[in-house]
Amino acid sequence: MLTIDNLHATAGDKEILKGISLTVNAGEVHAIMGPNGSGKSTLAQIIAGHPGYTVTSGSVTYEGRDLLALQAEERAQAGVFLAFQYPIEIPGVTNAYFFRTAYNEVRKANGKEELDPIEFLDLMETKLKLVEMDPAMLHRSVNAGFSGGEKKRNEILQMAVLEPKLAILDETDSGLDIDALRVVAGGVNALRRPDNAAIVVTHYQRLLNYIVPDFVHVLANGRIVKSGGKELALELEARGYDWVLEAA
Amino acid sequence: MTSATKATSDGYEQAFSALRSSGGPSWLPALRREAMDRFNALGFPTTRNEDWHFTSVTPIAERVFKIAPTRSGPATLSPADVATAAIGDPDWHRLVFVNGRFEASLSAFAGLPAEVRVTTLADALKETPEFVAEHLGKLAKSEGQTFTAFNTAFAQDGVVIHVPGGEVVEAPVHIVHIADVHAAGAGIHPRLLVVAEPLSQLTIVESFVCTGSPGAAYLTNAVAEIEVGNGARVNHYKIQRESTDAYHVGTTQVRQGRDSMYHSFAYASGAAISRTNIYTQLAGENAETRLNGLYLIDGTQHADHQTFVEHLAPACASRELYKGILDGSSHGVFNGKVYVDPIAQKTDGKQTNHALLLSDQARVDTKPQLEIFADDVKCTHGATVGRLDEAALFYMKSRGLGADGARALLTYAFAAEVLETIEVDQLREGLEALAFARFTHGEQR
Ligand SMILES: Nc1ncnc2c1ncn2[C@@H]1O[C@H](COP(=O)(O)OP(=O)(O)OP(=O)(O)O)[C@@H](O)[C@H]1O
Ligand SMILES: [Mg+2]
Repeated sequence: MLTIDNLHATAGDKEILKGISLTVNAGEVHAIMGPNGSGKSTLAQIIAGHPGYTVTSGSVTYEGRDLLALQAEERAQAGVFLAFQYPIEIPGVTNAYFFRTAYNEVRKANGKEELDPIEFLDLMETKLKLVEMDPAMLHRSVNAGFSGGEKKRNEILQMAVLEPKLAILDETDSGLDIDALRVVAGGVNALRRPDNAAIVVTHYQRLLNYIVPDFVHVLANGRIVKSGGKELALELEARGYDWVLEAA
Repeated sequence: MTSATKATSDGYEQAFSALRSSGGPSWLPALRREAMDRFNALGFPTTRNEDWHFTSVTPIAERVFKIAPTRSGPATLSPADVATAAIGDPDWHRLVFVNGRFEASLSAFAGLPAEVRVTTLADALKETPEFVAEHLGKLAKSEGQTFTAFNTAFAQDGVVIHVPGGEVVEAPVHIVHIADVHAAGAGIHPRLLVVAEPLSQLTIVESFVCTGSPGAAYLTNAVAEIEVGNGARVNHYKIQRESTDAYHVGTTQVRQGRDSMYHSFAYASGAAISRTNIYTQLAGENAETRLNGLYLIDGTQHADHQTFVEHLAPACASRELYKGILDGSSHGVFNGKVYVDPIAQKTDGKQTNHALLLSDQARVDTKPQLEIFADDVKCTHGATVGRLDEAALFYMKSRGLGADGARALLTYAFAAEVLETIEVDQLREGLEALAFARFTHGEQR
């Protein structure tokens, strides 16, 4: 589904990604862990199409297409979704309006019929239950004044509505209480199908008890320095990163 | 006086002499003559005048805008034209003026409470000349104000509203000024006089719109005087959607009594050059004024807003929120003056203005002016000039919204915060729809 090959990227003069290769097949869940500042969010943002980074070499192929040639919105319409580490506030645009517009844009791009506001509210009702969110949040401005946990929950709600093929969660578990963590994991697991895939960026093995990954990768200093199965996360939890970095 | 202004002032003197002033009360010609003399003496302001530093009125000053003649044939506009041109509601009381002339056939304001008087200025001069004499020109003075003097000298008609003590006018009184194809080259000087006696309540909507395109410049130079009595409440919406060929100057002068409330909302999306003055005096304790506004301009449009709040009594509050959205090579100006008199202790003033620049060529000049002579006051002002938030744009795109759609939605959201303060539902929804259409489909005003 997704093939990243020897990806190098910079922001300004700074080289952040220094040759990343990663293959994600349909049906798989990959966890990416690694120290602060190692480039995890940069990788996630580049996949989503953030204009602030320059890819200097390497390629990203998604479902046989050159992902880097697509605009951010085209990637979203093709089923790529990024839950932001720091969700953006949009004062003046209600959640309800934003979600419906996003949903319909994606439907339209895929040749499907758009939903009217009433039909969309019906759809939202089920999705809200899934993430256990108060329907009143729909009428507030997107993320504006939301607590940290509410913002993360709102990301999962968007994911649940858009039903992406490839979901990337950038530290969606950070700052969540236990209940919220369960909800986030539930959202991801509900999406888990043989034809979908997920990349979960996290610092905590705890999340991986709920979302069991097929692979765990350690990203350090712009490179994937170690990959393994789910037991690698347990080992990192117990021993920290030093041993991996030294070996690399 | 330069030779060009000499030529126009001769032209205006001729036009002034040609005005019929028969039939009016005896004091009127003198008031007009005095205003005309002031207008001549002051001349049009130049950018050396501090109040006009960022706005050049040269295109207005260098020609003579003739008073539009009274319509000779049958009305050219239908009620449906009015409904299309101006945001309104059939339930509102409506007075329609076309090129400055009252159109009875398009107006409907019979359903007002019996004690409340709403008439044209022409009728008021015949029916209640003493009342007009007592109030006309008392708040909007000609001293130092070229455009007010200009209006007083040339005003052909307008509206007089008198709401006696305790009366509540539920539905808005809508004054619609339409410029049609015959407006080309015309000078239109509408006058509004409002006296809201103690404890009364009134909502006024003034719409300045055009039908078709006159295809040539015309000038609207409107003056409103509003007295808000003790404990009275006046909501005042001024919607300026003139032709982009037009020039628009609008001056509103308000005086508020104790415990009164004056809420103003100024919307401006039309005219080649527009200047909106909203001046209010808080003359009685515990009065509140709220001045909000939104302007949307593009191309080579120029929109200038000047507000002046005079805190002349203790414990009054003033709140101001102005927003501007500028595209093309348009130019916006906001000048917010606040004066706090030595006796105006416990003044609570807050002024905010934000401009959103959608292009590199658009420009905005902002000048807050606070003169505070009392010590126990709270007065703040804040101004920002910004562009669309790139992070928010990316966030929206990452959810599937196209670049244009994301920009439009974000622009609309910027406007929505101030449009939300409009308390008349039909008007708020109408303006929201206009702004939304403009940003999402590139539609005009
Ligand atoms: N736009 C940018 N300009 C300059 N430097 C940047 C930019 N974006 C990221 N960086 C730098 O690149 C490095 C990697 O950042 P990134 O956010 O990808 O780290 P991360 O692995 O997600 O860290 P964390 O675990 O703290 O979230 C950091 O040193 C960061 O400061
Ligand atoms: Mg990160």
